[in-house]
Amino acid sequence: MTAISLRAFSWQGDDLFRRACLTSAGLISVLMFAILLSLCIGAWPALENFGIGFFFSSEWNPVTKEFGAANALYGTLVSSIIAVFLALPVGLGVAIFLSELCPVWLSRPLSIAIELLAAVPSIIYGMWGLFVFAPWFSEGFQVWAAEHLSELPLIGPLFSGPPMGVGLLTSGIILAFMILPILTSLIKEALSTVPKVLREATYGIGATQFEVIIKVLLPAIKGPIFGALILALGRALGETMAITFVIGGAQSIDSSLFMPATSISATIAEQFNEATGDMHISALIGLGLVLFMITFIVMGSARVLLRRKAK
Amino acid sequence: MNNLLKGALLGCTIAASASVYADTVINGAGATFPYPVYAKWAEQYNKETGVKLNYQAIGSGGGIKQIIAKTVDFGASDAPLSKDKLDKEGLVQFPAVMGSIVAVVNLPGVKAGELKLSGELLADIYLGKVKSWDDKAIAELNSGVKLPHTPIYTVHRSDGSGTTYNFTDYLARVSSDWKSKVGVDKEVAWPQEAHQLGGKGNAGVANFVKRTKGSIGYVEYAYAKTNDLAYTQMKNKDGKYVLPTMEAFQAAAANADWANAPGFKLILNDQPGAASWPMTAATFILMHKSQANEATAKEVLKFFEWSYANGDALASELEYVPMPDNVVKMVETMWHSDIKTAGGKAVY
Repeated sequence: MTAISLRAFSWQGDDLFRRACLTSAGLISVLMFAILLSLCIGAWPALENFGIGFFFSSEWNPVTKEFGAANALYGTLVSSIIAVFLALPVGLGVAIFLSELCPVWLSRPLSIAIELLAAVPSIIYGMWGLFVFAPWFSEGFQVWAAEHLSELPLIGPLFSGPPMGVGLLTSGIILAFMILPILTSLIKEALSTVPKVLREATYGIGATQFEVIIKVLLPAIKGPIFGALILALGRALGETMAITFVIGGAQSIDSSLFMPATSISATIAEQFNEATGDMHISALIGLGLVLFMITFIVMGSARVLLRRKAK
Repeated sequence: MNNLLKGALLGCTIAASASVYADTVINGAGATFPYPVYAKWAEQYNKETGVKLNYQAIGSGGGIKQIIAKTVDFGASDAPLSKDKLDKEGLVQFPAVMGSIVAVVNLPGVKAGELKLSGELLADIYLGKVKSWDDKAIAELNSGVKLPHTPIYTVHRSDGSGTTYNFTDYLARVSSDWKSKVGVDKEVAWPQEAHQLGGKGNAGVANFVKRTKGSIGYVEYAYAKTNDLAYTQMKNKDGKYVLPTMEAFQAAAANADWANAPGFKLILNDQPGAASWPMTAATFILMHKSQANEATAKEVLKFFEWSYANGDALASELEYVPMPDNVVKMVETMWHSDIKTAGGKAVY
């Protein structure tokens, strides 16, 4: 084979490769658009009937065919925010420990253990949450909280209500477990990108390990931490099976985090099979559309914020 | 639970082992509630005849959709279709087996069958009008029972279900308030005035009631029994308090007026008779009136004929209630007169 033909072949190969990549990338956009379109078509009867009120109404009544997304929206957002709020400090701590403080022999098994958390199917989290965690949580924390915290100003209402074990707070905690691996591994990854000389220089001017972590490492990975948070939030927003088990399945909005609620994914999972009538199905698809939009907005705004930071 | 689980497992085993016969397969899909008993029947039937039943428990709504789309040989639903809807889609329906719903409570010191409830009271509890266990309305019916001063937590199904349909239907029959404020469906807007909690499936409800002191829920009788939950006595239409027993369930079925129910659309709640249990429900099979494939349709009907004749013991073992003989006769007459081939010949 001569050099020229080889050259020509590889040029053709390059071109082919470029086209294949472009097609794949294009396919994703087409798919996304197709999903959005089919959701819109499916949800149209409900949107047309209830108008903008569909997004704000907390009425969910299959008997009278009145549907609104507010209950499910509230449950989805609150449980996901609780999850991120709880998982962030733990994830940060684990990541810093693993990359900065942990002896080498422990670091690998610990990392694997954290990553295995991600391999546990979500239904297992749900069943564990319902049968093991919820009873323990009810007697171990909720009874105490109802006695001691519910009288406090401002945060009191959050911790009042019957200690039933399941509810918004429980789902937030279970979700926190589920997003912990992704948070930890992303933050750990980010920490490993901080140049070694930066640390050494800081130690060189007499900083303690604590100061290095707080004043050098964390500021250096602010952007990636934020990105990791958003990815984790995206994971939490869409979680279905675990939430369905532990959120309590009640179409209501309550100031207490102990009360049962519902989420978008849980409502769809529980009602789609036995939905009666076209409006009910359309409203459920409408919920799917709402979830699609929130996830889109969350991910999109994260991109914008990250880009601004990078400048 | 054990029996139900066994039924489900056996169902899977048949699916795996029956391929050796590889001859006739009938396909059905629908309600999850009768799945264990259909699986049990299918297993026995397969042993005797070699015919295999492939039943997908995808929910009543799914069963109705699948039979209308003609992707299955029969559909199954817990909530019967109206005669109009049946005629519109060219379907017939018949009851296959019955189950019953019981109210279960978790009250320390109160044993199974001790507490007495009436339908109106049950509705008021779920409406949030009766909020505490020592409420006068409950105390009046239960003079000998020590009732604690604790709030009532009402547990319901969070997923759409035939059980909820039948339960809300019963409440609507006995309480005009329930009928106007909440209504009847597989999924309803549960009154916010009550401390309400939703569990997924019968198992979820049973689990919440078992765990939450002061709670009340409704489950299929089999779940109350296998979870050792404290079921209540119920006041029936004749004003008598009855315990949930096989005899009481059968009494409700026997006293029901099937002969005057067009398309067998009959919900067995609140039936007359001194011994009748008030919350009993049949689960239904749906088939097309006009059958393109005569042989398969015949196999489906043969299977249910066999089940009616030989399946009673298996059904009772799993806490289901077999259909009474007079109803079976009516069903079989209907098969003969209504299910035809494309050419108009009776299939059965």
